[in-house]
Amino acid sequence: MKPAAFEYHAPESVADVVALLAEHGDDAKVLAGGQSLVPLLAMRLTRFPHIVDLNRVSDLQGIERQNGSVTIRAMTRQSVAEHDAVVAASAPLVAAALPKIGHFQIRNRGTVGGSIAHADPASELPAVALALDAELEVASRSGSRRVPAAEFFEGTWTTTLEAEELLTAVHFPVWEGSCAFVVDEIARRSGDFALTGVAVAVAVGTGGAVERSAIGLVGMGPTPVRASDAEAALNGSTPDAQDLAEVGRLAVSACDPSDDVHASAEYRIHVGAHLVQRALDRALGEARGG
Amino acid sequence: MAEHEITFTVNGQSRHGRAEARKTLADFLREDLALTGTHLGCEHGVCGACTVLLDGEAVRSCLMFAVQAEGSDIVTIEGIGPADGSLGPVQEAFRQAHGLQCGFCTPGFVVSVHAFLQQNPNPSLDEIREGLSGNLCRCTGYQGIIKAVQIAAETMSATA
Repeated sequence: MKPAAFEYHAPESVADVVALLAEHGDDAKVLAGGQSLVPLLAMRLTRFPHIVDLNRVSDLQGIERQNGSVTIRAMTRQSVAEHDAVVAASAPLVAAALPKIGHFQIRNRGTVGGSIAHADPASELPAVALALDAELEVASRSGSRRVPAAEFFEGTWTTTLEAEELLTAVHFPVWEGSCAFVVDEIARRSGDFALTGVAVAVAVGTGGAVERSAIGLVGMGPTPVRASDAEAALNGSTPDAQDLAEVGRLAVSACDPSDDVHASAEYRIHVGAHLVQRALDRALGEARGG
Repeated sequence: MAEHEITFTVNGQSRHGRAEARKTLADFLREDLALTGTHLGCEHGVCGACTVLLDGEAVRSCLMFAVQAEGSDIVTIEGIGPADGSLGPVQEAFRQAHGLQCGFCTPGFVVSVHAFLQQNPNPSLDEIREGLSGNLCRCTGYQGIIKAVQIAAETMSATA
């Protein structure tokens, strides 16, 4: 399996990247960690005349906490974020999702921004970004803008990024107070694509009632899904086990997951509801205990 | 398409070559540098047979282009053991525990386990299984490989 021939560019600054994207538009594709793009190229499921390698752009590396959010620059390796103290302390939902991506060899190359920009609905980080209302910083030759995660994911492998735009950083809001964060998923084998998965965050008040919740679903449709109705039902309540089962069913009720050789849509719906219930149960226990 | 000049360090030696940008690091190692110990199974990042160390970290050499390795330090299975050609502790443990049968997947496993034990010198059984999950073996049923990791961890910590 060999990719079709392409012209290779290795710019060293964001300015040079966006200049190349402005010049070549749809003919150019940025190469981040390559753990998804290179197989697609090798199998010739896609081809581009120009590949713009981001691996030499040092400005796209790094993690920092600022003004209530954790900023992870787009080319930060997943393995680096996975072992980062700031991510562990201030973006625990991201920290919980990272070890579930592929295998350690994949995370050594794979990047946080690459996973989000690739927008595979079976990936963990897009669902986490959506659940946390992350803001995606996007650069082009005409400047930069911030896109809310809710306006970013358009369909399987497609986003609202324009051809001349580059995802440069992801800003994950920090949750304060008595919070807990859980990522859970079902896959055939450890490290495989999740058949279905869930990322939840909860904050509880002094009485143990839910003050705030966030539920992101993996593999439950062509994009990551935010279970807003289930969050609304949860917020302000002090749910028992039966209530959580109901919240789980509500979370997946509007989902239209794929029906394929890996799992039927019915199976994904059934398991998805249970995963939401189980993750919320665990998160609430941790949030009240902590 | 234009060829690119590539210079990097492989198994401690500076190597130089030319390749089209679309040539993977795995193909470059095998075809241009004749380092055929790096195996290619699936060629899309699933099987782990092509694992090499890139600046000390285990990566799939089928999922990066040779041109991207410019200036980096690569270790392949040929360079993982001592220079005199004897077996390193991971290789010796694989032999001792029958961690291989046909041997096709073995270079990838040995390189991965080498990196894994650098990060986690005293892994639990669950951590070993998780650490091995990125490499496929169709012969052994993995039990011998798990045992090999345990033996290698012991010998490496005893000599460390």
